[in-house]
Parts: sequence; structure tokens; C-alpha cells
Amino acid sequence: MSALAQQLLLGLLIGGLYGLAAAGLSLVFGVLKVLNVAHGELIMLGGYGAFWLVALLDLDPFAALLLVLPLALALGLGLYWGLFGFVVRADEETRIKNSLLIGFGLALALHALAVRLWTADERSIVTPYGGAVISVDGLSIPVVRLLSLALAFALIGGVHLLLAHWRWGKAIRATAEDWQAALLTGIDVRRAYLLAFAIGTGLAGAAGTLVSIGYSISPSIGLEWTLKALIVVVLAGLGSMLGTFVGGLVLGVAEAASASVFGGPYREVVGLVLFVVVLVVRPRGLFGR
Amino acid sequence: MRRLGKRREPGWAAAILGALAALALLPLATRRDDVLNFVFLILLSITLAESWNIVAGYAGQVNLGHAAFFGLGALVARTLWIEGTPIVLAMGAGALVATAFALAIGVAAFRLHGAYFAIGTLALGEILRTTVSNVLSDISTLPTATIGAYRLSHRYYFALGLAAVSVVAVAALGASRIGLGMQAIREDEEAAEASGVGALRLKLTALALSTGLAGLAGGLFAYYHISYYPSHPFSPHWTFDALLMTFIGGVGTLHGPVLGAVLYVFLKEYLALHWVDFHLLIFGALFIAIVLLLPGGLVQAVERARRLLAR
Repeated sequence: MSALAQQLLLGLLIGGLYGLAAAGLSLVFGVLKVLNVAHGELIMLGGYGAFWLVALLDLDPFAALLLVLPLALALGLGLYWGLFGFVVRADEETRIKNSLLIGFGLALALHALAVRLWTADERSIVTPYGGAVISVDGLSIPVVRLLSLALAFALIGGVHLLLAHWRWGKAIRATAEDWQAALLTGIDVRRAYLLAFAIGTGLAGAAGTLVSIGYSISPSIGLEWTLKALIVVVLAGLGSMLGTFVGGLVLGVAEAASASVFGGPYREVVGLVLFVVVLVVRPRGLFGR
Repeated sequence: MRRLGKRREPGWAAAILGALAALALLPLATRRDDVLNFVFLILLSITLAESWNIVAGYAGQVNLGHAAFFGLGALVARTLWIEGTPIVLAMGAGALVATAFALAIGVAAFRLHGAYFAIGTLALGEILRTTVSNVLSDISTLPTATIGAYRLSHRYYFALGLAAVSVVAVAALGASRIGLGMQAIREDEEAAEASGVGALRLKLTALALSTGLAGLAGGLFAYYHISYYPSHPFSPHWTFDALLMTFIGGVGTLHGPVLGAVLYVFLKEYLALHWVDFHLLIFGALFIAIVLLLPGGLVQAVERARRLLAR
């Protein structure tokens, strides 16, 4: 029994990162109506960014997050100006197809770049307090992962508040709902796209940092994380940041439960089946508007 | 809005089939295995790209789980063939299984539209890939006797025949009433339904044709390779390759995927040869440039050049 509880707890902890990974993708998909299949590669880059900062500057990994965030935001601005800004000029159907194409091209290039820069080895950030564990009722909670979950929640909550109260946050939400109407009321839709994409990339960078601290990264984790993020986006539906976070937790726990019941190798399969079922039965997602 | 019409492209069909017929003489002209392997790769790519083109280019449904059907074809054909079934029958069985699976999931999958269909099929492909790699984790190698009797030219002619079949299939589809209905769905599904096109039935037809061809291509892969991991043909890169080739060439046309496949394989091999370490980086960047500069693919670039010259 306690073995199962322990598994579920670990699932919950990684679920927070699934939620954070999905939040950025959800924002970009919901607002720009483009499907960035290179989102996982952005997470991977964020992880290596943190890895580099820790290795070269000897920073604390959680302090590195403070540097990775602005860097990822800047990368998002660059990617939007260089690539995705061209995609959003087309109508919605074409947007999806072109963003898929550009995403695949980008994923290929970023993967190759990462192998070149950091080799194909698996890496993770090692900290002196990495092995610390809190014991509660026979359950052991790794401190680093607990902290990651809390930070993921804080970041998603922060973006939620931004979208709810900030002037441009409201503009982003209006654009997501109906960009033509938003344009008519005088909202600079292009600026809203740019901001949403930059924030989405920033969230990916943060997710990557937390993944490299509590888990491990390699240049080929991109597709895996894109899939996890897509699953959560579909599970949760568009339009709610906090819903996305809960969707991430649901996926993490579902995976852990299926890993204990059917065995480790089937961990992903059950998550994917769950995803397909939700997609078909309730295409708007559990919390979708 | 593109102009709809039965696309009769007899000129292109004849040119492509002529080129394929000329390639039939290649094994007589050269005994170099590297040349035959290279052309084999192009022919396999043409089949894969044309098969993806049917469902995505004509019926407008971006299927990101195409590798699942390629993989199923490979899995079934390989298993039956190693157990002694003649390869033609084994490949046919592989194609049948792939099509049957496609029809079984198609009814559910086509409840999804646009990006959601793309995401759903991507997940389906991954479900199959993880399951196969977990259940069949051992490498599949041909028996020694079969390796001894291995003739590259056999594989080459199979690939040639299959590429010809896929080109003929797409040409016939483009010139038919069913193909016209599929294009109507691609342009506007509701309008097509309103004018009496049975959207679900036609989308399933497109999926069945597309996955049947992909299954055959998978069988060819199983016949060609001496050893590989059973999960390898399920890898999503087969889907992405087909997608990239089709879009580079020109989606929804007969000759686009053929041109795209030729350019894609040439470019990738050339870059791999000359820029060993950086080739995927350059390839990715080049690919993005093509998408941004030539949204309609090579076919559109050729059209533009032709119009410029005609002026």
C-alpha cells in the first residue's frame, strides 16, 4: 500500500512539471492558434541553459532559474520575430500546417545543435542538497522535487494573475477569444501574439530548468516533452492556466498509477490512452471553455 | 480558395512513370550497391510521401500517426515472411492489417478536426511505438540462409513497382469523382456535406488507401533490411519525413511529393556527406527557409518561374 502511495506521490511531483510544460504550449496554441511542435526542444534548451549556468558560473540551480527566465523570454521574442511572426499572417488552417512544418524544422535543428554543444549524454544538475528527503508517515518526499512543484505552481499562478489583471494580459485573452473583435476594439493583436509567444517560451525555459534539477535531460527529450505537454493541453482544455496545472497533476498521477498496476514499461501507454479517450469524448478538455 | 476540378495530370503521370521505367534499367547499367541503395531510398520515400499525400493533400486531414501504419505493415510482413510465407503475400497481409487498423480507429479519430486530429493521431502513433518497443525489444535479424540468398536487385525492383503503384493510385484518385469529393472536404467540410458529399465515408476511403500504401511500404522496408529493431519503423520520423517531403514538393498534387522526395533525399545525403557534424542543423534551417519562402512548395515555384518566362 505504501509503495503505491509513494509512486502516486512521485507522480504528483512530476505532474507539476507536466503542467508547467503544458502551460506555455497551451498559451501559444490558444492565443496564436499555432501548434509549436518544437516546444519540447525549447524545454530541452532551458534545461541545458540552466546546466551551463550552474557548471560555468557555479550558481545555485534555483538561482539559475532567475537567469534562464529572461533568456528564454528573449529567445521567444527572437523566434517570434524570425519565424512564427510569419506564420500568424496566414488564415487559421494554414497556420496549423505551417507551424507544424516550421516546428519540425526547428526541432531538427535544435536537436542537432544540442548534440553538438553538449553531446548526446544524459545530464542532470547535481546539488549538495539533492539527496535530501522529508519523511512523512513512511512516505519520503525528495526536497528538490517538492520545491520544483511549488515553483511550477508559483509560475503558473503568476502567469494566471498576469493574464487576469495586467493590461496586456487582458489583451492577450481578448485576442485568444476572437482576434478580429480584439483588433476592432483597438488591441494591437500582433503585440499580444508576441507577448504570448515570449511568455510561452519563458515557461518552457523554466520547465526545462526544473526538469534538469530534479530529473535528467538529453538532446532527444524534446518530442517526449512535447507529447506530454500536448496530452495535458488536451486533458485540461484551452483557456485556463490553473486548469492546465491540474491537468498536469492528473497525468502525473495517472502515469504513476498505471506504472504500479501494469508495470513500468506501460507507464506512457496508459497516459496516451487516457488522452485519446478524453480527446474523442470531450474535445474541449476537462476544464476547457 | 483553390479552384476545384478533377485534376488530370496525364503529362506529369507519364513523365514520372517514364522516369521510373528508365530506372528499371539501372541494375543492368551498374553493379554498384551504393547507387542502387540510394535510388531504393528515393523510391521508398516516393511511396511514403504519396501515401501521406492522399489523406493530407487530397482529403486535407493532417495525419501525424502515419508511421504507425508503416510500422504495422513492416511488423506483419516481416513476421509472416520469416515464417516462410512468400514475400508478396506477406506484404499484402501487412497492408491489410494496416488498413483494417486504420478503419477501426478512423471512425473515432475523424470526430476530431484540424489541429486536434493532428494531435490525436500523433498520440496514437506513439501508443503503438511504445507498446511495440516494450513488447518486442529484441532486434529482428534475418535467418542466415536468407541473408546468403539476399539480392539487392530484387528489393530494388519491388521498390520501383511500389513507387509506380503509388503514383498511378494518386493519379487515378485525382482524376476521379471520389478525389474531387475529397478535395471539396479539404477546402470546406461543411460546404461539402451540404452539397451532398459524404464526408466521413470519403475521409475513411482516403485513410484506407493511404494506410494501405503505407503498409506496403512498411513491408518493403521489412524485406529490405537485414536487421532492425521492430519499433524502428514505428518511429515518428517516418511521419515527419513523409510530411516534409510532401510539403517541400507541393501538397495535394501528383508530382509534388515525387519532386519533394527526390530533393529531400538528395539534400539530406549530400549534407550528411559534406557537413558530417552540422548536416541536421543545416538541413533543419534550410527546411524552415523553404517553408517560409515557398509556402506552396516546389510545384508553386515551378509555376511562378513558368509564368515569368511566359511573359
